[in-house]
Amino acid sequence: MKNSPYIPSTDLDQKEMLQTIGAKTFKDLLNDVPKKMLFPALKLKEALSEQELVEFFELMANNNFASKSISSFMGGGAYNHYIPSTVKSMIQRGEFLTSYTPYQPEASQGTLQVGFEFQSMIAQLFDMEVCNAGMYDGPTALAEAALMACRIKRNNTVVIHSSIPEKSLEVIKAYSKWQDIELINYDDMSNDESSEYGCLLVQSPNQYGEIEDVEKLADEIHSKNGLIVQHTYPISLGLLKPPGQLSVDIATAEGQPLGVPVSFGGPFIGLLTCKKEYIRQLPGRIIGQTVDKNNKVSYALTLQTREQHIRRESATSNICTSTQLIGLMVAVYLATMGPNGIKSVAETSYHRAHYFASELDKIDDFKLVSKNFFNEFVIETKIDVSKINKVLLKNNIEGGIDISDKDSNKIMFAVTELNSPEIIRKTIDILGEKID
Amino acid sequence: MINKEQTLLMNQSKKGRKAINLPSIGVPETSLPDSKFLRKDIELPEVAQLDLIRYFTNLSSLNYSIDTNFYPLGSCTMKYNPKINEQISAIKGFASSHPNQSDENIQGNLEIMYDLQNELGEITGLPAVSLAPLAGAQGEYAGLLIAREYHNHNNQKNRNIALIPDSAHGTNPASASMAGLDAVTIKTTNEGDIDLEDLKNKVNENVCVLMLTLPSTLGLFEPNILEITKIIHDNGGLVYADGANLNALLGITKFGELGIDICHSNLHKTFSTPHGGGGPGSGPVMVAKFLEKYLPYPHIKKDGGKFIQYKPEFSVGRLNGFYGSFGILVRAYAYIRSLGAEGLREISENAIINANYIQERLKEHYELTSSRRCMHETVLSASKQKEDGVKAIDIAKKLLDEGFHAPTMYFPLIVEEALMIEPTESESKETIDKFITAMIKISELSKTNPDEITNAPLNLPVERLDEAQAARNPVLAWEKK
Repeated sequence: MKNSPYIPSTDLDQKEMLQTIGAKTFKDLLNDVPKKMLFPALKLKEALSEQELVEFFELMANNNFASKSISSFMGGGAYNHYIPSTVKSMIQRGEFLTSYTPYQPEASQGTLQVGFEFQSMIAQLFDMEVCNAGMYDGPTALAEAALMACRIKRNNTVVIHSSIPEKSLEVIKAYSKWQDIELINYDDMSNDESSEYGCLLVQSPNQYGEIEDVEKLADEIHSKNGLIVQHTYPISLGLLKPPGQLSVDIATAEGQPLGVPVSFGGPFIGLLTCKKEYIRQLPGRIIGQTVDKNNKVSYALTLQTREQHIRRESATSNICTSTQLIGLMVAVYLATMGPNGIKSVAETSYHRAHYFASELDKIDDFKLVSKNFFNEFVIETKIDVSKINKVLLKNNIEGGIDISDKDSNKIMFAVTELNSPEIIRKTIDILGEKID
Repeated sequence: MINKEQTLLMNQSKKGRKAINLPSIGVPETSLPDSKFLRKDIELPEVAQLDLIRYFTNLSSLNYSIDTNFYPLGSCTMKYNPKINEQISAIKGFASSHPNQSDENIQGNLEIMYDLQNELGEITGLPAVSLAPLAGAQGEYAGLLIAREYHNHNNQKNRNIALIPDSAHGTNPASASMAGLDAVTIKTTNEGDIDLEDLKNKVNENVCVLMLTLPSTLGLFEPNILEITKIIHDNGGLVYADGANLNALLGITKFGELGIDICHSNLHKTFSTPHGGGGPGSGPVMVAKFLEKYLPYPHIKKDGGKFIQYKPEFSVGRLNGFYGSFGILVRAYAYIRSLGAEGLREISENAIINANYIQERLKEHYELTSSRRCMHETVLSASKQKEDGVKAIDIAKKLLDEGFHAPTMYFPLIVEEALMIEPTESESKETIDKFITAMIKISELSKTNPDEITNAPLNLPVERLDEAQAARNPVLAWEKK
């Protein structure tokens, strides 16, 4: 008997196969492995039956606050939005879940057409001409966009706007460290008319939820021969002007809010869109429409000469496996929402956030410091932020992110359609009581 | 066959249809931002829920998948993806766990990550593990960053060469470029082993790292591995192992004991997490203890009874927004825990026996790259069939018609008309026998009726595509007619 339910070969099957091979034992097949290093002891935890496995992981999950959370006001790069039943049901289809990268297009039209739908809908949401089939996550998409802009402009100076959060900046540093790329702050950009830059990276809504004047920044960097790269929050595009209408050259986003669970930070999907003229420098997989021998419309991976399996050390990136399945979730989400749904989610998030913010501002110890924000805002307070979150946790509500600095205590809240009016009022009541 | 052409959503769209009802705003409204920030309209499809479900369901039926077909796809390890792992990763306490939550409220997640770090360290013999990399290529990149930082720290900034065998995956040289290393190619023998003379000639004081795939991309175990790692170490370099083929080595041998310093593993290959049509993956990087202080962050350790995240002293930095592909890590850990040490060893044992069985039974029909025993995959050449006008790609397409996914073709680049076959441990002898029968039939057909092969596939939703047109005139998104 085998130890694993995932191996169909019986002892007899094995014996027959070894006989055909002409080997007496399995060990005879391993002559190339150094004898001394063969069959090392593995000190691993004991194997569990399926039932025990579920029990074990349930126990682990219960050690996370999330197991009892009734509502969350946490954002900062990952957002809780409602995930429709259509998304949850399609993701379970084994034909999507367990298929391989569509290098054999005749046997992968499902994955390929879904990918084409994904590219189409993201391009429309961003109002950009071209979108690839997905990057790892938002920050890596932004980092790759910066590298891409430098290649296009043949200028290795990347200007970082203060709207970009620290975590994204850290990823950009890790991606650019060995490529002779210089990162400078927006405030250190020269006013000299002759100075030129590779690109300017801006995030809007920014790392504290405020809407930036991207168009103005685009004009500024264009006058210095650089490209503008905007990182955005895709749900906000249901209400706010999309990158394509702001003179943006390359736009990126964390795609997670579009139907993907926060899942402790991954797997997510990076959205990467650009003007068509830059397509030869776009990293990652791209799906294109074509025809088959009988002139039937069909889909295939295309422009593969940019990629590592063809171009090797001269490829636009080393990215190979990316996030096709998360792209399916995003495609089903956007198709389910449609134009009116995405608008509704954006508006509900906006109005509920502003209502929550203004009510908190009325409480003595809280002061709203954000002004022109979308759905995420900052409250300044005399109270220790960990105490605020503790009180909320006691009520099974996930509070905000502690962004206190040496000058003051600050907490950042994100509000979406998942924070019901009842929960918002309950939270206001809880925070209206004395906290100590 | 029923014409399965599926009309794009935008072409099905009709104003006034919808697929979901959403809650109303429910609170007093605030004025909107200045109109210069506001959007006027959005063009997205409007479809009813049933039409949407039918569309995506029908699309799914156009795919081959592990759940429906055998995928003898070399170097990709298309094994069964256990259903229980999907169920576990969807548990509310994981799926709705926010990555910005503080450590004391995510102890369950951190414990799983800590345990998975340890198990992967034990399996590979490289005990310091970072789960951050989001796929194999990012794992490679992390490994190279670690090697560079190590040399830097030892005042050897001059080390800017990555030695890479000509049989390597394309991601190796591409990752080396991203890490600012010059990729220098090492010759391999006809059997895909490192050419020791060439290696000795090219190793020098500027070598940062040797990138080695083990077993090699020809599915063979490098017989000179101990000598190779010694040559590199004697010259002050590090040895990196691409763990794409780790499915051959579970409980068979450990990278760490062979003199390898750094490796990565594709959890979506060896550890059974689904490929999802091309991701998400996960590519943890494992290193020897002396390299632990360079690992990416966040890294997880146990401090007293608590699990905490921290930044290693000379960390190479942050590779993504949060902790890595957590949902994938949960699935991989569930897989490891469902097998234990003995179960994992059986995985490799059966994967190796299955591959050798295929090699033995097909060697009279297809040119073999090597007469040696293979590990978990075998590389055949269609050079004999080519004489009759049948190329590797034709055989691949004909296999699709027979209900099998194609093998990996034209890789490794050093083998003419390569067909790389990896059965994995998941397949029964009956399925493997059917595949062998199909392969033999195709070989015979190549002599008697080659057109039947070169015209394939005929039984799939589409026939061969005009891929040149797709690249020449790219249509990458829906366009209004």
